[in-house]
Amino acid sequence: MTSWTLYGTSLASRFLLGTAGYPSPQVLCDAIAASGTQVVTVGLKRTLAAAGDNGFIDIIRRSGARLLPNTAGCRSAREAVALAHMARELYDTRWIKLEVVGDEHTLQPDPWELLVAAAQLTRDGFDVFPYCTDDLVTCRRLLDAGCQVLMPWGAPIGSGQGLLNPWALRTLREQLPGVPLIVDAGIGAPSHAAQAMELGYDGVLLNSAVAQARDPVAMARAFRLAIDAGQLGHAAGVMAKQDMAVASTPVTGRPFLIG
Amino acid sequence: MPDTITTIQVNDDRLPWQAGEHVAELLQRIGVVEPKAVTTALNGEFVPRGRRAGTPMQPGDVLTVFKAITGG
Repeated sequence: MTSWTLYGTSLASRFLLGTAGYPSPQVLCDAIAASGTQVVTVGLKRTLAAAGDNGFIDIIRRSGARLLPNTAGCRSAREAVALAHMARELYDTRWIKLEVVGDEHTLQPDPWELLVAAAQLTRDGFDVFPYCTDDLVTCRRLLDAGCQVLMPWGAPIGSGQGLLNPWALRTLREQLPGVPLIVDAGIGAPSHAAQAMELGYDGVLLNSAVAQARDPVAMARAFRLAIDAGQLGHAAGVMAKQDMAVASTPVTGRPFLIG
Repeated sequence: MPDTITTIQVNDDRLPWQAGEHVAELLQRIGVVEPKAVTTALNGEFVPRGRRAGTPMQPGDVLTVFKAITGG
């Protein structure tokens, strides 16, 4: 597959994988390998527990994948900025998946707080990956704030509903050529990921669809293949839709002149 | 004297305040044996690792301690 670049880092894989909710560290390790991913997301938790995390973080660090910490759970720009700085210290990376939730029911990103946080973190030297909605104006504002990558949702986090608004995602792609676009959240099946790539998206970030599969390792491979197929299909040029049937076999009318 | 000004809070736990104690010392007191494995915020503001030894705890302060976890 063709390589792409995120904040100066060249990547071959278009698959960004979340690391939460796997049945065991070994399954996560195998899923990372099967996915071919080069970027995995991680988090931070408020805890004093002396007990370890059963080795998940060690597995992730040893995977060789680049870490993309998130600001999950934040409800304001102030919280997100503070947590991003803490993530940078803990994981030793400038990359941050910026999440600022504005609605408890849908976990929809708060565009105002997101924008404030994105601008501040860019000034603070972060490479910001904003988790946003598919709203074109918000996306443009995030680019103005210094974001070089956008991660619009396909559907609410963890819902597995796929691309609920393909028109909006297609519009984003058309209006923001050259901007790395990653569909983040809502992907449930490999076909959803293929659809995102066929729309011309540059990558897909997902977690639950793999972690909650009966066989996460096999599902990781299925997504890898779907993402590759979708990207190849987009590059090859998907045919235009027609309202009516168009015969594909080059016959001349009916086969016989009699009857 | 109200209880809140003679105690501090560390995550969800309330602890007695100790005069002259800094963030680094408090982490030792609560049993953090690997300081690099945690990151801290005091009253919601990030306290970088290099500033823990020079950041005093005041009565009523809230120290939040985070660790690395899996995430989506």
